[in-house]
Amino acid sequence: MFDFLDLEQYDLFGAFWVTVQLTLYSAVGSLVWGTILAGMRVSPVPLMRGFATTYINVMRNTPLTVIIVATSLGLYQTLGMTLGGGDSKEAGFRLAVLGFVAYTATFVCESLRSGINTVPVGQAEAARALGLGFTQVLTLIVLPQAFRSVVAPLANVLIALTKNTTVAAAIGVPEAALLMKEMIENESDAIFLVFAVFAFGFIVLTLPTGLLLGWVSKRVAVKR
Amino acid sequence: MTEVSVTKDAAPAADPLVVLDNVNKHFGALHVLQDIDLTIARGEVVVVIGPSGSGKSTLCRTINRLETIDSGSITIDGKPLPAEGRELARLRADVGMVFQSFNLFAHKTVLENVLLGQLKVRRTEKKLAEEKARALLDRVGVANQADKYPAQLSGGQQQRVAIARALAMDPKVMLFDEPTSALDPEMINEVLEVMQQLARDGMTMVVVTHEMGFARSAANRVVFMSDGRIVEEAQPDQFFSNPRSDRAKDFLSKILHH
Repeated sequence: MFDFLDLEQYDLFGAFWVTVQLTLYSAVGSLVWGTILAGMRVSPVPLMRGFATTYINVMRNTPLTVIIVATSLGLYQTLGMTLGGGDSKEAGFRLAVLGFVAYTATFVCESLRSGINTVPVGQAEAARALGLGFTQVLTLIVLPQAFRSVVAPLANVLIALTKNTTVAAAIGVPEAALLMKEMIENESDAIFLVFAVFAFGFIVLTLPTGLLLGWVSKRVAVKR
Repeated sequence: MTEVSVTKDAAPAADPLVVLDNVNKHFGALHVLQDIDLTIARGEVVVVIGPSGSGKSTLCRTINRLETIDSGSITIDGKPLPAEGRELARLRADVGMVFQSFNLFAHKTVLENVLLGQLKVRRTEKKLAEEKARALLDRVGVANQADKYPAQLSGGQQQRVAIARALAMDPKVMLFDEPTSALDPEMINEVLEVMQQLARDGMTMVVVTHEMGFARSAANRVVFMSDGRIVEEAQPDQFFSNPRSDRAKDFLSKILHH
């Protein structure tokens, strides 16, 4: 039944490993950039607020495919950006990560901002009354509590990101979806099984993520 | 509304620490602080009382600029309150504040709450800061709770930790914004006792409260506010036994006789 799945011919685990790497690099990048964006959105400086708001509204409402293709055709082929040299394959991976970070950070930021809203105003007031500056209030008091309350929504973002990495196939990054495309062409008589294999592969990645972060979310919740 | 001129009986402040001069503030159409003049001397304990919505909490919060004012001036130790920024943060470090709802940092232990300002604002060495934090927690009677989180403590204990957190900054003046209003009756005294002790030790204090017993025993001066104005300032025994303004007489008759 699984004759089509010739692991000599198709590097299934290698392809999913690229998917995992895309996800991890993009997740870390999105978390950092999303947190910075959230900081800007609540900052007292109008220019920062304006920038972050505009950025989020543009990026969040642009199809991911457009962003990913634009990194390859725009940044790489037209402007010649390789983000650190290497051949087109390596550059493609990094460009895809850049695109995913740029896109996913907007969702991280908005989750985090809803988390900031769950932190009582009095927490920030008490911190200001002690003489802490804006950045200290944000990084020492508000964000740590905000993060704890948005672990579950961030898990959603991470799961969506994991599945969104399939878009990188559009610029030839050799991850799971690109291999699937190849297998669909070569193994058309087992097409539903091909779908099932890849769907299962993604469930293996995302289901434990959701369960683990659900558990973490309960553990780190701030008791008031 | 009857217009009552401010009656002052308290002696003029010898060494002014906090000076509010002609302060006005609006919340939209509501004129919440009207021409407030108030001088608090070093070492003085001023208790602010008055009906709900009279502006006493707002007054307290303007002193460290948690509320901005529309006009007038506020100076602390000779320096006018700066605008938001580094200068203001520096000044706030010298003004301790205790809130009605405690506002202990929920994700930090009791000890970390008392350490935070020392480490991040005063840049005190960790070891010294911890010694001081533990001494302060001992002073307010919660030394054995140091490693717990705020939510595990009773309201009275939380408020005493909040006082220790403010004291850890060695403030020049302490502001108390209805510190016992969110407490169960049986826990009010443990907080008031800490405040009494603080008053006896010579701390400059501004206390907004409904605890008339505390006002009587600990205050050097009582300030009575109504409708955004300071209606009467007097020494406590004089204010409680012989209030001059009709508004204060009315207020006291409602709360003192049952």
